[in-house]
Amino acid sequence: MRSFTYERATDAQAAVAAVSRPGAKFISGGTNLLDLMKLDIEQPGHLVDISRLPLRDIEELPDGGLRIGAQATNSDVAADPRVRTRYPVLSQALVSGASGQLRNKASTGGNLLQRTRCPYFYDTAAGCNKRNPGSGCSAIGGFNRIHAILGASDSCIATHPSDMAVAMTALQARIELLDADQSVRRVVITDFYRLPGETPHIETVLRPGEMITSVVLPPPPPGRQLYRKVRDRASYEFALVSVAAIVSAGQETIDEARVAFGGVAHQPWRSVEAEAALTGRPATMATYRAAAEAAMRDAVGQGHNDFKIELAKRTLCRTLAQLAWGAEEAR
Amino acid sequence: MSESDSRATWAASASLAGGISTEVERGRDELAALLAITLNVNGRLWHLEVDTRTSLLDALREHLRLTGTKKGCDHGQCGACTVLVNGRRINSCLALAVMHEDDEIVTIEGLGEPGDLHPVQAAFVECDGFQCGYCTPGQICSAVGMLTEVAAGWPSHVTADVSSRQITLSGEEIRERMSGNICRCAAYPNIVAAIRVIAQGAPE
Repeated sequence: MRSFTYERATDAQAAVAAVSRPGAKFISGGTNLLDLMKLDIEQPGHLVDISRLPLRDIEELPDGGLRIGAQATNSDVAADPRVRTRYPVLSQALVSGASGQLRNKASTGGNLLQRTRCPYFYDTAAGCNKRNPGSGCSAIGGFNRIHAILGASDSCIATHPSDMAVAMTALQARIELLDADQSVRRVVITDFYRLPGETPHIETVLRPGEMITSVVLPPPPPGRQLYRKVRDRASYEFALVSVAAIVSAGQETIDEARVAFGGVAHQPWRSVEAEAALTGRPATMATYRAAAEAAMRDAVGQGHNDFKIELAKRTLCRTLAQLAWGAEEAR
Repeated sequence: MSESDSRATWAASASLAGGISTEVERGRDELAALLAITLNVNGRLWHLEVDTRTSLLDALREHLRLTGTKKGCDHGQCGACTVLVNGRRINSCLALAVMHEDDEIVTIEGLGEPGDLHPVQAAFVECDGFQCGYCTPGQICSAVGMLTEVAAGWPSHVTADVSSRQITLSGEEIRERMSGNICRCAAYPNIVAAIRVIAQGAPE
């Protein structure tokens, strides 16, 4: 690991001021950043510790939503009674990710900003436009079983690894940011991430030095919520495909639906196509299959990951069926 | 080892560790950034000077000579380095020592010792919850943290209803909640049995 100097920020304003020096980076839980520093993929010369900032609380908002402080740990959020009862999809997504030890350390802001687990990103001997812009993409034509099927480019086919962010996408969370000039702005999560294009090393709309201070959940949308994750192991593994769905259905038809996929793209992938194909339709398997086909209409496999297209369709159908009929009947 | 002996050993290793860290790190890497910090480990305050890069794991093992905490993968994948920080289990390999001043850190040495074992340590012995033993300190610290999480009603991935505060610690729940601790000897059946003994003996 490269040498670095360290300081602990005392308040948010001081933190964004401190990180303005060249080579400086924020550190919070450190579960991803320290791993990448050990591998020489991240090489900060100065770390600004923001883990002790007073941004750990989860507070009620007047409109019925919740504000989650960026320093709240994944465990804190998953176990919060308000999250568990009003936003169960978020609690389910969080406990499906990582391990108990990592969730106790990982922060909400850090989870949003975690880097891809593409093996070529981790292999400093391989070409990777995300790690080293202009060096090519070794995953294209390489071993790409875990890679993206939607929104990829000729420069990068990496996926975003977060489960939490997929649930937050279905919930249309807003991310609150503090800039180095002390200005504050809010970005809807679907506008926060960038597709790889020709600049896969730029993953979000964060400005240099800008810090995530909190995530605002709007009041829970009507209907039932479910997060379903499909992976190579039963636990402690990243998603091949995951689905966060929120469905409100009347006697005859589906009134409103939210659908987001994980493991399929450079960002958590909201499918407005699936949502449109569900809204106003009867809650039947034929409807779910049509929604799945709509969601994957533009999906492109890279060879090893071709199976993900059908897997994503079936995972959506199964998730919607379980929401409508319960876990046993959905089998 | 008597209590007074062990205390003398701790004091000796602490002063020894301070000397070594300064000499080696300054000698080999002039760019190293050193910081004087105080760590609260197992109820004792330790003053040490560390390179900012020092993980909590390396501070425990190399500076404080608390070698019960093990280094497995050093990347947060195996759980051998699990310790308790403010009562919560974490991977000490993915933590910087300089970030854990003012925290209460408990290692396997702080849970119990021969003749005065922590109930989870005793259950692992009773149920033969290990083979080579390398992952065991991490397994035990993780189990202690996990049982606290269950007592607080935290849900897991296999909890059918995440809104329910009532957790029944079934074998399935134990396996899911302990999935961050790998045992390459595959002593899993007896590890689960040891934790079940504790869970069933615990008051409601």
